[in-house]
Amino acid sequence: MDFSASLALIVPEIVLSLSGLVLLLAAAWAGDKASSAISVLACVALGACFFLVAPAVCAGAAGPDTVAFYGQFRADAFAGFAKLLIYAASGAALVVAPAFFGRAGAMRAEYPVLVLFAALGMSIMVSAGDLVTLYIGLELNSLSAYVLAAFLRSDSRSAEAGLKYFVLGALASGILLFGMSLTYGFTGTTSFEGVAAALDGGLSTGALFGLVFVLAGLAFKISAVPFHMWTPDVYEGAPTPVTTFFASAPKVAAVALTARVALEAFGGHVDAWRQVVIFAALASIIFGAFGAIGQQNLKRLLAYSSINNVGFILIGLAAATPAGASAMLVYLAIYVAMTVGSFVAVLMLKTEDGEPLEGIPDLAGLSRTRPALAWCLMILMFSLAGIPPLFGFWGKFVVFQAAVEADLMALAVLGIAASVIGAYYYIKIVKVMFFDEPADTVRGNSDWAHWTLLAISTVFMSPLGYLAIGWLGALADGAAAALLLPV
Amino acid sequence: MEGFPILSVMLLVPMIGAIACLFVGEKPARQIALVATLIDLALGILLWANYDIGGAQWQFVERAPIFGQFSWALGIDGIALMLIVLSVFLMPICILASHSIDKRVGEYMATFLFMEVLMIGVFAAQDLFLFYIFFEAGLIPMYLIIGIWGGANRIYAAYKFFLYTLLGSVVMLIAMLWMVNEAGTTDIPTLMAYDFPVQAQTWLWLAFFASFAVKMPMWPLHTWLPDAHVQAPTAGSVILAGVLLKMGGYGFIRFSLPMFPEASAQWMWLIFALSMIAVVVTSLIALVQEDMKKLIAYSSVAHMAIVTVGLFAFNVQGFEGAMIVMLSHGLVSGALFLCVGVIYDRLHTREIDRYGGLSINMPKYALFFMLFTMASIGLPGTSGFVGEFLSLAGIYQVSSWVTFVCATGIILGAAYMLYLYWRIAFGVQKNADAAAMPDLSVREWLMLGPIAAAVLWMGVYPESFLAPMRADIAALNARVARAAPEGDARLVMGEAARAVAEAHEGAH
Repeated sequence: MDFSASLALIVPEIVLSLSGLVLLLAAAWAGDKASSAISVLACVALGACFFLVAPAVCAGAAGPDTVAFYGQFRADAFAGFAKLLIYAASGAALVVAPAFFGRAGAMRAEYPVLVLFAALGMSIMVSAGDLVTLYIGLELNSLSAYVLAAFLRSDSRSAEAGLKYFVLGALASGILLFGMSLTYGFTGTTSFEGVAAALDGGLSTGALFGLVFVLAGLAFKISAVPFHMWTPDVYEGAPTPVTTFFASAPKVAAVALTARVALEAFGGHVDAWRQVVIFAALASIIFGAFGAIGQQNLKRLLAYSSINNVGFILIGLAAATPAGASAMLVYLAIYVAMTVGSFVAVLMLKTEDGEPLEGIPDLAGLSRTRPALAWCLMILMFSLAGIPPLFGFWGKFVVFQAAVEADLMALAVLGIAASVIGAYYYIKIVKVMFFDEPADTVRGNSDWAHWTLLAISTVFMSPLGYLAIGWLGALADGAAAALLLPV
Repeated sequence: MEGFPILSVMLLVPMIGAIACLFVGEKPARQIALVATLIDLALGILLWANYDIGGAQWQFVERAPIFGQFSWALGIDGIALMLIVLSVFLMPICILASHSIDKRVGEYMATFLFMEVLMIGVFAAQDLFLFYIFFEAGLIPMYLIIGIWGGANRIYAAYKFFLYTLLGSVVMLIAMLWMVNEAGTTDIPTLMAYDFPVQAQTWLWLAFFASFAVKMPMWPLHTWLPDAHVQAPTAGSVILAGVLLKMGGYGFIRFSLPMFPEASAQWMWLIFALSMIAVVVTSLIALVQEDMKKLIAYSSVAHMAIVTVGLFAFNVQGFEGAMIVMLSHGLVSGALFLCVGVIYDRLHTREIDRYGGLSINMPKYALFFMLFTMASIGLPGTSGFVGEFLSLAGIYQVSSWVTFVCATGIILGAAYMLYLYWRIAFGVQKNADAAAMPDLSVREWLMLGPIAAAVLWMGVYPESFLAPMRADIAALNARVARAAPEGDARLVMGEAARAVAEAHEGAH
């Protein structure tokens, strides 16, 4: 594979980095008044990358033609599927930002640039074929994310969120690096393929430690229990458009990355990590559900909900089969739509003068004061709870199907029984919106961009989403087949 | 009828109506709902009229593999036909009974129409996962109906209903996934003929049992029912008692029995034990209720126990009896809730003690109430008798003791129902406001009249209802025959009796 072929495979990343750099200069030159133009251009760049990646996903690209730079970078369908979700979610985070920051006069030109760099980092993460590439992508994303979390400089909660995210994220990176160095030390290579080959003979204790530390570091990034404690604080403190971003795109990237590391690099030793993943999955489902019950802040509640959802995604990983990987991707696609929709709905809760509302009591009686918003949020909530006929059910369906096919019956039964606990707080939101007397605090109007995003995710989550099953399933199957699973 | 997707149309009509109701005002919403349910009733009658008795087992089959892993597969046999007809028959009556609902009428009608879609879908689904989706989706509209339009303690009842039934049915999903993985198909008729390993059947049966026993509900999983019934608005109670409870029985007859015959026989003792306890205990509980709706709710649990023993009798009489009890209970308990609703609308209390002597000022009402009370007890000539007699005749072939205990339920049923009727309709008019209540209006006549006619029809000529189901019940009987338990009576036929029997045979 020559250099030009490798370059051709990373065109989306090149587009992202060039547009990021150019827009950064433009931001420095033109200042904050150009922020809306820069946002639009950033969206265009993301859209362009979306369409650059799409053909590879549709074609189910796999094999040696998708490997760039001697195995360091992989532009296969699996990475492509995750990239599509990442770009779409990043675009949504750009679309909802101006209205939110604009009120506080805090819409600065750096925001879209940081989102672009984060998207670039995530792009590299999901395409990583080597531990070093993985780490570079992860850090590029994380550094952008730390700044984004603290973006609302005047708000102490935002600064606190940024600091917490930074300290804990740095700790997680340290753990990950330690695991990577152990893995390198005991296998003599950093490439996933090389690690898998080196471990072919058996897993030494040192390599096992490496594996556990790598998984722990990644669990931090996907906020799986027991490494989840930062999530509620950061999600609550960060400005809501940034939270929208955190809950969707980086989660996709980290989950896809975890899947690739576990299934490719350590795929020969499923039994070594399966128990870890099963524990993290069940603990996330249960803690996420119980943690959410007492919450009075919507963003905190959705943070616990994201922990809960990661648990379900990890059930797909525990299956350790192509079907499981495909189920994870389907779940991620549905999860991104649900999460973005829910956060957009939260962003639309405003007082008359645009003050954002985040408390659950503010939702009281929303079905009478704002019926359209309330019905959309109800559909999203039942969907998050996984109640058919809403499409959120399908995500749970496929991961449990993968678990059953992999003969993990106990995991499936426990996981689905624990999902009932989660249903409690979702239906509590519906109860507050539909059964309670109106509080009538939500009076602000939202622009068409919010409505469009909300409508798209609601329609996708409505029973109409089921018509997409065949198409989505085929794409995800093709993507999962691109993973190099050691036999 | 060839090629006309009547089942899909029956699902589509209320769906469109539901969406339309969300966007219109109060009066048009009522009209849309009534028209949509009446169209569905007409289609239901058309369905019944065109159902070819003795024809193919599955009729009006539609199949469109549009969901990737499962398909939009609809089709009915006689059992499903009867339950669909029951659903579409009760729906317009529910809409009429919702006259006293005055807040958020559009949303109310929309949820009811959505509920109708799901009810028909459950009975018509021929794909395992499609069934699950319809089955489970019913939680959403019912949660809203209880929570928004219910009584004072509605929120607790709505939560309890939702979480209880959800917990019951999620494990069933895992069992379904396992079955599909094992059998390689999601098609219900194929699965009904598939022989699962006996070892696995035990677990699968329990997973399905968890779901259906909650839905049915069987003692001791019934506690959500009285709360939900008491808090739900009248029409909600009618739907709950009339149709939703039947989903449990339908589940047993469609899934548990034909798919896991050995496990059904193996767990028969559990069903019998729970049903016997249910019949006696809930009847005694019903006897001391002060709240009319609660009393009828507990009586529902007792009646459903007769259904479960009938189903697990493993013979034709038992199956037929269980089906007729389900249909009859759907009509009768629905009608009883309507009767409660009629006086609740006038006095706004469900407390039995607040009424009395209604036969004096509301004679027509008292007559209807009497008829439905008698049907609930199982008086010959009403639908209740046919069902209970057949069920008990079926179970008698298996176990005399179970029959004995369940038959006491009929006596206790007579006790609590007559006691209720006596306190409400007879005696002195001790409450002036109750004595001043006017008799039935035309709307209420239209609600109660058709049900009364159906109850009498089913009581006098049950053949109309049994005929479409006969072949399906025979097929089910043949399917479970290999696991059928031996009866405890061990009757030995005498010489003379055989001669009579032969003469009888010859006469046919």
